[in-house]
Amino acid sequence: MNLERRAAMAALVKDRGDLLVVPGLGSTTWDLAAAGDDPRNFYLWGAMGGAAMVGLGLALAQPQRRVAVITGDGEMLMGLGSLATIGVKKPANLAVIVFDNGVYGETGMQPSHTQSGVDLVATAKACGFPQCHDVEDEIGLAALAARLQNFAETLFARVRISAEEPPRVLPERDGVAIKNRFRAALGLKA
Amino acid sequence: MNAAVEWPDRLFLTLKRAGVRQVGYVPDAGHSQLIARCRADDDIHDVALTTEEEGVALAAGAWLGGDRAALLMQSSGLGNCVNMLSLARTCRFPLLMLITMRGEWEEFNPWQEPMGQIVEPVLKLCEADIYRASTPDEVESAANRAVQRAFGDEAIAAVILSQQLIGKKVWTK
Repeated sequence: MNLERRAAMAALVKDRGDLLVVPGLGSTTWDLAAAGDDPRNFYLWGAMGGAAMVGLGLALAQPQRRVAVITGDGEMLMGLGSLATIGVKKPANLAVIVFDNGVYGETGMQPSHTQSGVDLVATAKACGFPQCHDVEDEIGLAALAARLQNFAETLFARVRISAEEPPRVLPERDGVAIKNRFRAALGLKA
Repeated sequence: MNAAVEWPDRLFLTLKRAGVRQVGYVPDAGHSQLIARCRADDDIHDVALTTEEEGVALAAGAWLGGDRAALLMQSSGLGNCVNMLSLARTCRFPLLMLITMRGEWEEFNPWQEPMGQIVEPVLKLCEADIYRASTPDEVESAANRAVQRAFGDEAIAAVILSQQLIGKKVWTK
């Protein structure tokens, strides 16, 4: 039985501490908004394939804080090369988490490559991520949520979620506003 | 010092003066000297990319965290960036791009021409400001103006380093 996406996101950010979160275009952005708005969320409404690299730039700029990219399998597949880029750079404060349901939920449930055997955990391992986790149940999810508080090397996790599309919860969509409030939350000039 | 040899060093010093802390690049002969300087600098995170669009997202993340970034590429790489530039445009992220040209002068490889010849129109369509340097003497001032535009106005600024400036690629050894 795969995990329900909204509950999975809520579990990961419930005790987030000072975690910075970058969700990917589409469902993970709605999932994060549904878990509760926070200025330290940088919602992506576009830039498909770019979530992990936004996370890398942020993690390099803020080495004292942990950064979690939480995106979908389709979004990750579009930026697969970024796993290689991150695997080479290995920032100790970056986690890349993929909610994998094997489909493109936003566009009509077309199958993604992960449904046909493309294994993102094995890919991350092959790219040199020192920590790779495959999360299939509540126990694994709780362990991942705990790891997000204290991980000390680049982390990859696939969270197997069920293929359903709960009602959209839409956060702020003005990109300048999302950017400025994020920077303000870090004490940077907006 | 020979101006033709030192322009990449001047570019590097311009990035340092601007406080650039992250440099994303896809390896490129025209940028090889600048890439080497960035890799040797302990205060710069040099990030080798698998494709140039990764660098657009890297620069956005850098700015979110308070760092200034630069993105080095060859003209062909601009084509790989077009949709990702929406991120910089929609959110007004500063984006400083340094683009070495192919396909515009003494080009031996015709495969470089289709993209090389549409670099400036594509940049304009993407609301990027263009600062072209055709001689070594123009490099530093073009780069300074691009830095001011990108980080001062939270805009996309592209320094175009002409193929004439970089020199002819040697095809036979």
